[in-house]
Amino acid sequence: MESTPTPAPFAVLLPFEIKRTRYAAGPGSMRVLRVAGVAGVLVAGSAWAQTHADQLPPLDVILKWSPLLLQGFAFNILISLIAMLLGTVAGLGLGVGLLSNNRALQRGSWVTTQFFRNAPWLVLLFCVMFLVPYQITIAGLRIPLPDWIKATVGFALPVMANVAEIVRGAVLSVPVTQWEAAESLAFSPRRIFWRIILPQCVKRMTPPWMNLYALVTMATVEASIVGVSEMLTLTADVHSSEGSRPALFAPLYGFALICFFLYCYPIDRLTARLERRFHVH
Amino acid sequence: MDFIAGWFHHLYETTGLNFTVFYDPYDWHRYLGGLATTVLLCIVTIVLSLVIGALGALLQSAPSRLARNAVHVFVVVFRNTPPLVQIFFFYFGIGAILPASQGADGMRLPIISNVQWAIISLSLFAGAFNVEIFRSGIEAIPKTSVEAAEALGYTRFKAYVHVILPLALRVCLPALNNNLVNLVKTTTLAYAIAVPETLYEVKQIWGESQNVLEMMLVLFITYGVLVGILVLIMHGWERMLRIPGYGR
Repeated sequence: MESTPTPAPFAVLLPFEIKRTRYAAGPGSMRVLRVAGVAGVLVAGSAWAQTHADQLPPLDVILKWSPLLLQGFAFNILISLIAMLLGTVAGLGLGVGLLSNNRALQRGSWVTTQFFRNAPWLVLLFCVMFLVPYQITIAGLRIPLPDWIKATVGFALPVMANVAEIVRGAVLSVPVTQWEAAESLAFSPRRIFWRIILPQCVKRMTPPWMNLYALVTMATVEASIVGVSEMLTLTADVHSSEGSRPALFAPLYGFALICFFLYCYPIDRLTARLERRFHVH
Repeated sequence: MDFIAGWFHHLYETTGLNFTVFYDPYDWHRYLGGLATTVLLCIVTIVLSLVIGALGALLQSAPSRLARNAVHVFVVVFRNTPPLVQIFFFYFGIGAILPASQGADGMRLPIISNVQWAIISLSLFAGAFNVEIFRSGIEAIPKTSVEAAEALGYTRFKAYVHVILPLALRVCLPALNNNLVNLVKTTTLAYAIAVPETLYEVKQIWGESQNVLEMMLVLFITYGVLVGILVLIMHGWERMLRIPGYGR
């Protein structure tokens, strides 16, 4: 014990150092991430030595197929954007329904929200895929519904329920005095809600909404389970077209992980920054 | 039991609603097996993810910068990549590289089965979220409590286990509850690597009996009940842990 130098006099009086991580990433953390990323690629490509002369090494396989894989990734992003758009529009309506003074509407909205919030996303996806027909006929007009559109709707359903909850939480977090002040200025209840309360909620809703978007983006790969040809499906196709070598699995799925990470991590950082700025808990 | 089976049989003959699980013993046992696997996945991953979360939160305040950065990288990577790709990466990617033995029938027997890989990857995924949740709880406890523990001569680890973590837990239970509910829902992803959990078995059943709508209902109710039980347990725990002046 005597050989170790004491860090400071009366160390017992010093508080614990609890480092903040997410809100204030320590110096060099980006460098660590970069190193970790490179290390990950290297580990993934470590099966290099086992490849035969006539087979492409893993990194070359990824380079060769990256245009196709990135197209698949762009498709994931497209699905996530449309699902988010549909879900947000529907969720705003449902959220207003949750706050409605009409008993029946309020109960109905609550049941809908709970149902779509507590069901697993994958089960909802299966539900839409199996129970919605491949085309709808409206007055003799046949509207085909391709698989990816159905999958998008399947992702939009849980988004809707989560957005409704976000709206409800945000509206309830506005101080009651705002309502009272607006009432004393003779605004009608409807105008108070749309012109005074909701605009204040936009700020509060942004961080959780962005979190939800990141979750939706990450969920889109589940569409591969129901046969939509997005990035994960294409990854499996590429793997089989390169001779189904076991050594290729890790680099190919590692590439998919890296793509999603590069897309979602900035969103995560931005969300954290906005949360800090708005001081919303 | 016979009465229930009879009633559902009657329901099928009168309305066409074919709930095979409730009158066909073969389907009933498949469903039960799937449910048992799901419950096992839930319990083991919840416990493991809590352990990972607690350890990660401790290491985040470790003196060694390497440990802190390692935890940071772990959290950031697992939070920002799709859980399904994580499962594939572990099961196919790492599982294929690991050595395997030969089974009695000459089939390849991997060291780690698909159920075990599902448990490992789901625990790591949920654990990464738990690290963040515990950290937010730790940040919320008063500095004075930590200093008091130090003054009483607790070592860093002992203070963490006996003072900091118990207090932090009370603060972050609501967030933890949310994450564990998500974890229960995420266990369905194990379907993708052929783990015979509820979704997998139910899909087998509707593939043979052509009763998608009825089995969908069974699925929704099953997961609704599972989430309900978890929420009840968590609320009970919250009540048990309540001390005046902490939490809400």
